[in-house]
Amino acid sequence: MSDNGDFKPVIVGFLCNWCSYRAADLAGTSRMGYPSTLRDIRIMCSGRMDPAWVLHALRNGADGVLVVGCHPGECHYVEGNYKAIRRMNLLKRTLRQLGIEDERVQLHWASASEGVQFAEIVQNMTAQIKALGPLNWKQRNVDDSVNLAVAAGEHVHEGA
Amino acid sequence: MAEERVGVYICHCGHNIAGTVDVEAVAEWAADLPNVEVSRHYEFMCSSLGQELVEEDIKTLGLTRVVVAACSPHMHERTFRGACERAGLNPYLFEMANIREHASWVHAVDKEGATEKAKALVSAAVHRVVHHTPLETMKVPVEPTTMVVGGGIAGIQAALELADAGYKVIMVEREPSIGGHMAQLDKTFPTLDCSACILTPKMFDVGAHPNITMLTYSEVEAVEGYVGNFVVTVRQKARKVITDKCTGCGTCWEKCPIRVVDDVYEAGLGYRKAIYRPFPQAVPKYPVIDVESCTYYKTGKCRACQMFCPTEAIDFDQQDEVVDYKVGNVILATGYEQFDARRIPEYGYGRLANVFTSLEFERMVNATGPTGGKIMLRDGVTEPESVAIIHCVGSRDRRYNQYCSAVCCMYSLKFAHLVKERTGAEVYNFYMDIRTPAKGYEEFYHRLLEEGVRFVRGRVAKVTDAARGPGEEGKLIIQCEDTLIGKQRRIPVDMVVLSAGMEPRHDAEEIGHLFGISCSVDGFFIERHPKLDPMATMTDGIYVAGVCQGPKDIPATVAQGAGAAARVLGVISQGEVALEPIRAEIDEEHCSGCRICNTMCPYSAIDYIEELQVSRVNPALCKGCGTCVAACPSQVITGAHYSYDQVMAQIDGILIDVNRPVTAEAEVAAD
Repeated sequence: MSDNGDFKPVIVGFLCNWCSYRAADLAGTSRMGYPSTLRDIRIMCSGRMDPAWVLHALRNGADGVLVVGCHPGECHYVEGNYKAIRRMNLLKRTLRQLGIEDERVQLHWASASEGVQFAEIVQNMTAQIKALGPLNWKQRNVDDSVNLAVAAGEHVHEGA
Repeated sequence: MAEERVGVYICHCGHNIAGTVDVEAVAEWAADLPNVEVSRHYEFMCSSLGQELVEEDIKTLGLTRVVVAACSPHMHERTFRGACERAGLNPYLFEMANIREHASWVHAVDKEGATEKAKALVSAAVHRVVHHTPLETMKVPVEPTTMVVGGGIAGIQAALELADAGYKVIMVEREPSIGGHMAQLDKTFPTLDCSACILTPKMFDVGAHPNITMLTYSEVEAVEGYVGNFVVTVRQKARKVITDKCTGCGTCWEKCPIRVVDDVYEAGLGYRKAIYRPFPQAVPKYPVIDVESCTYYKTGKCRACQMFCPTEAIDFDQQDEVVDYKVGNVILATGYEQFDARRIPEYGYGRLANVFTSLEFERMVNATGPTGGKIMLRDGVTEPESVAIIHCVGSRDRRYNQYCSAVCCMYSLKFAHLVKERTGAEVYNFYMDIRTPAKGYEEFYHRLLEEGVRFVRGRVAKVTDAARGPGEEGKLIIQCEDTLIGKQRRIPVDMVVLSAGMEPRHDAEEIGHLFGISCSVDGFFIERHPKLDPMATMTDGIYVAGVCQGPKDIPATVAQGAGAAARVLGVISQGEVALEPIRAEIDEEHCSGCRICNTMCPYSAIDYIEELQVSRVNPALCKGCGTCVAACPSQVITGAHYSYDQVMAQIDGILIDVNRPVTAEAEVAAD
């Protein structure tokens, strides 16, 4: 795989309020550097992660999506992260059919004390996506009908 | 939505943000974002002047939404919500962008990238905040009873503070008696006052206090609820002794024929019986039967204790009791475990008889201990002529624990003094650094220097009984580099004491999980803020005190115990707590009654209303995780403050500079 020159990926992150957002805070407090590729959004629990958000981010310019929750067994809401695992598996199956590489959407765990690990997750994912190159959703072999389906999926939400 | 007027404030945080992020450029750029009425940058937004800036703009410019880009919302979200509220704006119409912890501090070498990211995060907040809706916090009454978990000196202090203030306390202790590690100690540094003499009156006070319910030999099994309204399930293990009848006379353990090594109170150096009271001053005074060791539970015979008990207090069939307690707040004071010195094989503990741990030595010098306070070798008769004390065993060592255990230097000095005083033996302290940073500690160190105790600076390589010369035969040899003279040394001694460090309880993580709090990398409970809020945790209503939060000595433990009690008293005296209004709500009109959400909810907060054939969220039980919101196939559950629309808008905002929408036809068709 090439390093794709100056390409700087854009990664949208969904971090749970209790563990991973605090891990990111700790990485900051401890001044652990990582690439400025991650743009994060705080959600209460990784179990709140709506697959439609991931699709929305990808089709609107993100090159990857990172979801980080509490470690299995340590969820602040008992078992939200297990639900995140299940949803992620289903979502990835769909994404695979669209030809989206597995590395582009990742689910990881970081406890509130794992600032170092959090920084490593971002570093690794950045390197992987940099190697893959830009996602370019609209130029991909994703035809309009798929886009229609994705958009329609989002439309259900808007109508509700 | 189009009429919203958003105020954007970019904080410099002195040099913390402005040193990396071009705050002026971000503020200027943000002014052109949709709905932005005013965009400013200011040196310290959290200062009263910064907050007044927001308040003033709300009033004069009629702002309907506020975005502050500064530090983590965990730091100052409350601050700015307060500012909005003071100016008459609902506090939930505010959004914070974290451009310090998540930008300037982690991208210090990439100023351009940090600025670009700050813009994206500000844009995300601006796009999101217009979708915010006013929310009202729910006030719930606070149950004034507090649970204190752990009956060591931290828990004792906390319980007494609360009970003396007039509130009920339930103290849960795992062992048969309260007292904790402090009850095992002989003298306390630097004053050398007797540990039991200062501790036992407090233990007695706890036992006798009308406001304290003591549950010893008990463990917490489950915790439900939230601040002000916890329900804690406690298992009171069967003592096999009817406490209402027992007088604590001691006949039972005198008559019991089974001797067991006491690994807890005597640190493995002494014995107890199968029915035992951990130590003479135990509170409560009642013994327990150790069913693992008792002959009756193995063969059905013996019953000596029962036969001789003058009050018929022995009940072999007694069962555990599981009881729920309603409490408003919880103080965790679960203490520590000593580092297992066997993990460092080169020091020979467990292999070389005359290598002792500090806790064993503590019991040995204690007048009520197994040797009656006499310092002697493992054979039980020989007094040592030379003693080595090795500091930092399991602490300040990357192989085991990187942290300093904070108390070992001082107790090692105390040991040195006691050895000198009682045996006149030669004492060597092997140390890396001597750390004596508290009142009277450095003076104690100087006193020891004058007492003729020897100090060798360097980490000990090994303790061995393999003699190389006549002077070493029958001795333990300390092999070490003396870094002050730059030479390898071999020092033969009779006895070695390992100053083992403090470690978190083996089940600290489990306990943390039970109460919804986390442990740091080293395993101690994480406090809300390491400097400014060391007693509270991230979970409202759960406080920590003592060594379970991190290694500390007795004065610091007592201070933290009292501090945690003060924090709880603050909550109790307010009478009610405000709960975050982040909850799920079901649009019953559109609910299909599929009941998928019912099983999703980890708190059973969603009920199915049979007659309406819809599901309904119980707002008091809902904690706002949003799992049901993401799961609802009809998309009719709204997660307040984390709604679908809010996050979608946030994504649009965060990708503002890279947003490349799909083909126009698809967009049109979708709309």
